[in-house]
Amino acid sequence: MSEGHDHEHDHSRTFQADHAEPVSEGARVGLALRALLIEAGHYTANEEQEVIAAMQGASPENGARIAARAWVDAAYRQRLLEDGANAIRELGFALDPYEFTVLENTAEVHNVIVCTLCSCYPRALLGMSPAWYKSSNYRARLVREPRRVLAEFGVTLGEDVEVRVHDSTAELRYMVLPERPEGTENWSETELARLITRDSLIGTERRLKV
Amino acid sequence: MSLPLFRPGQTVRIAARTPAVHHRVPAYAKGKLGTIERICGVHGDPEKFIGSDGKPAQRLYRVRIPQKTLWPDYSGTAMDHLDIEIFEHWLEAAE
Repeated sequence: MSEGHDHEHDHSRTFQADHAEPVSEGARVGLALRALLIEAGHYTANEEQEVIAAMQGASPENGARIAARAWVDAAYRQRLLEDGANAIRELGFALDPYEFTVLENTAEVHNVIVCTLCSCYPRALLGMSPAWYKSSNYRARLVREPRRVLAEFGVTLGEDVEVRVHDSTAELRYMVLPERPEGTENWSETELARLITRDSLIGTERRLKV
Repeated sequence: MSLPLFRPGQTVRIAARTPAVHHRVPAYAKGKLGTIERICGVHGDPEKFIGSDGKPAQRLYRVRIPQKTLWPDYSGTAMDHLDIEIFEHWLEAAE
């Protein structure tokens, strides 16, 4: 043990690298490509930082605000379901270059979202997707046995409810509009927004808790 | 851009080919019959992003497929469906 370093803790247990270095070939190629794109003037490092900051500012609260507005304003709900991209612009959000599509849950239909090919998610609006959304287990099984997967999330559906799985394979990004819970008729839009969870916007939660 | 080749409600078949390039049609949907749920605008073709910036762009649709069509042993109800985004050059009329 070196001089001046005679304390008791075990470095093999406490050591953590202070900065993650790229470990895979792909990560190294990615870093090199980024440097080349910036050097060639396709975008600046500042612009990249702004995009990262905007994504870090995104959260399910944005989706909750949109859904709560749709609950209290029938005309807005109609616009949201018909043309999600323009309807969220009204509230100051945008998801360009992707199309934004909102799927309405009803007593007869339950919607749930997945991306089987990778892990597409409206990240710029709702923030980072949950780890399970990116898992191969969820991605492979949700399209194959959605009722079983939903039951594992605590969503059990009767035979009278259609399950509609949405595979986000290309240019659209999705959000579920959950059903407004009963007994909230006199609630304000802000109070309603607080009921809406991230999972209810993906469709792995159905009955919101009041 | 030309007019859409397919209209909402029309029955279509998704092509069963497997090009050697990156493409956005999962294996489970290839060769399956569905109906056009909606037309979703025109977008860069994911198979053409190397070399030609995704051009010519392709019209995109959402296709609705019964789960029983995808998986004959599907254990849920006959009314369960899956909606998937498919580019026009992967579709053919099946009526």
